[in-house]
Amino acid sequence: MNSASCAAKISTQPFSLNPTSPTSHDNPLVFPKPTSFFLGSTRKLRLSSSSKLNLHRRSGTVVAVSDVVKQKKSKSTPSLLITKEEGLELYEDMILGRAFEDMCAQMYYRGKMFGFVHLYNGQEAVSTGFIKLLKQQDSVVSTYRDHVHALSKGVPARAVMSELFGKTTGCCRGQGGSMHMFSREHNLLGGFAFIGEGIPVATGAAFTSKYKREILKEADCDHVTLAFFGDGTCNNGQFFECLNMAALWKLPIVFVVENNLWAIGMSHLRATSDPQIYKKGPAFGMPGIHVDGMDVLKVREVAKEAIGRARRGEGPTLVECETYRFRGHSLADPDELRDPAEKAYYAARDPITALKKYLIENSLASEADLKAIDKKIDEVVEDAVEFADESPVPSRSQLLENVFADPKGFGIGPDGRYRCEDPKFTEGTAHV
Amino acid sequence: MLAIARQRMLGQSFKKILPAVSVLRSYSSAAKQITVREALNSALDEEMSADPKVFLMGEEVGEYQGAYKITKGLLEKYGPERVLDTPITEAGFTGIGVGAAYYGLKPVVEFMTFNFSMQAIDHIINSAAKSNYMSAGQISVPIVFRGPNGAAAGVGAQHSQCYAAWYASCPGLKVLSPYNSEDARGLLKAAIRDPDPVVFLENELLYGESFPVSDEVLDSSFCLPIGKAKIEREGKDVTITAFSKMVGYALKAAEMLERDGIYAEVINLRSIRPLDRSTINTSVRKTNRLITVEEGFPQHGVGAEICASVVEESFSYLDAPVERIAGADVPMPYAANLERMAVPQVEDIFRAAKRACYRSVPLAATA
Repeated sequence: MNSASCAAKISTQPFSLNPTSPTSHDNPLVFPKPTSFFLGSTRKLRLSSSSKLNLHRRSGTVVAVSDVVKQKKSKSTPSLLITKEEGLELYEDMILGRAFEDMCAQMYYRGKMFGFVHLYNGQEAVSTGFIKLLKQQDSVVSTYRDHVHALSKGVPARAVMSELFGKTTGCCRGQGGSMHMFSREHNLLGGFAFIGEGIPVATGAAFTSKYKREILKEADCDHVTLAFFGDGTCNNGQFFECLNMAALWKLPIVFVVENNLWAIGMSHLRATSDPQIYKKGPAFGMPGIHVDGMDVLKVREVAKEAIGRARRGEGPTLVECETYRFRGHSLADPDELRDPAEKAYYAARDPITALKKYLIENSLASEADLKAIDKKIDEVVEDAVEFADESPVPSRSQLLENVFADPKGFGIGPDGRYRCEDPKFTEGTAHV
Repeated sequence: MLAIARQRMLGQSFKKILPAVSVLRSYSSAAKQITVREALNSALDEEMSADPKVFLMGEEVGEYQGAYKITKGLLEKYGPERVLDTPITEAGFTGIGVGAAYYGLKPVVEFMTFNFSMQAIDHIINSAAKSNYMSAGQISVPIVFRGPNGAAAGVGAQHSQCYAAWYASCPGLKVLSPYNSEDARGLLKAAIRDPDPVVFLENELLYGESFPVSDEVLDSSFCLPIGKAKIEREGKDVTITAFSKMVGYALKAAEMLERDGIYAEVINLRSIRPLDRSTINTSVRKTNRLITVEEGFPQHGVGAEICASVVEESFSYLDAPVERIAGADVPMPYAANLERMAVPQVEDIFRAAKRACYRSVPLAATA
């Protein structure tokens, strides 16, 4: 991939903490025309700038890919974007995400789940499109809307459901909850409740990957990190700080913006001076791409490029996925501010229906195959609920566990020994 | 001014999870009931209409009517220039609020929960609290930071911390924490009128609770003094200090204790900084025993400060060691049974009071 066309590229040295000054911006053609006025709908601009650039010269440029991919597809009709196995895998993952979230809603209203629960219905294409391209050792960092990211990454549905019920068999033993899913085995680094909090953490994970390869000389370490976050987060300072550092140090990270146009009740257009988030990438020296987040195949194409770039050591990418959440911000949100016409528009673009249509029209799978998958997933989700129901609640002694990796952090007791060495320590609590 | 008997009229349970705006009107003996939510809303409304320099800022305060509906109706009444929906940039909008306050405006900055104030704490402490001092009195910062504080129900470790001790340790800040509707109205009005930065710590689970209020409280000039605690219930055997939700728990414990012949004096701190040391010490000199109750982490907590103050000033009056009841020394767990163990319950206060009165001797302190 020719990164020479990258307009705001900086240092070519790998992993230098003191890069040389940036190369000059000698490609004015590649910059979009400066827009100093508020444009309104992002959709309008996307359609007008897609014509000239193809998929591979995307580095450093602002491109709207969705129409490009469509053109590419129609030019070469016989070659499809996915094989049958891949198609079924994508379908199964999205159905799992949808069925799981619907079950969460049911369980919440039955009182089995509590606190804050943020559901992912409608955004499955982004999670599936990206995460299914990762290896086990690649990391994913998410927000409070993390159930489906966990499932796509490979955390078993049972473990996620138990965690939501607050049982000791959950992936975090019931201590984290809906918003704090962690799995060392699957390299899911959370689960952060604070907007923007996960982005620096993801950048750090990418830093580690690069460090391992270059300083610790683990030559084959090419782990990539994906950071998922929303449109509201793109106004937060931490986002910009991390775009800067990731580009400066060419970290193997992909910043995936799940732009569902709403931050609780705050419309993206009311909160952002320039609502086209993908344009913020080139301002920091990385490619910025906009993709239709309701189409899993388009997302997957873009993801392949972005993840490939990161793996080859070419640095970060900012991908803005235009998507939509079918439910409210959380199960406690009455969702009164969104226009029903807007909801209907996106409901018609349901990613699962779209993929189903694609698979059937291109004879990659039959109705029967897909129904079998639906049934299988229903059973998986039911089993997860049963498992969670039957699991025990955490025992009293678990309250004090895992506060420290070294429990000597609880200090020395009145008898002169470390408090954690007292076998009855966890029977009481740590407070005075 | 309010008789102790009125406190016994609290009928509702304290375990509500979903907010409920319930208003019971009783037309007998001038005792009207309003929820804490209505009290806060009416206080904001009255202060905004009295002074055009007061404006609101925060996430979802306008069109969404407030994340917890505290600012309901204010956007329609005062318009988007005075009720500002901000993007999700705590550091940014808090800094903007402080800057506006430097020039004499009176922002009321809402944090969706005080946990999010950690993203803005640099501005609260460094730009707001210290400015009057650093500028030798030239720049005062009449700003109010308000929002829910402490644990809610099942919201996990990052949404449940209590920040009273953190902010109360900082000179230059005033830190208030109301309990009932009267506190909410009076203290919020006082905070908005105050020329210094005020951190106003509410409690999400109390928003839907109704409390009786007198006509004086409903008057638009009503204001409570900052730095004065209130004795919610008088007693002679043991002093229990608490703030915010724990006042309700302490009152319940006091009722249980009365059945066992122990008369507890419950002090609603109202003001964490400045702490009303004189009321606390006077009470301890009367009862000779002290229990401090708070929801936050135990180390360096509010109870620790009260304890030190009492030991310094009323040492010879103490007949029993001071007991601190605080949350467990762990990040808030998510599982419901663990969460109950991590927050003080009425029984903990009851047992501690009995220990202090040497009426029974259960084992070491348990949550």
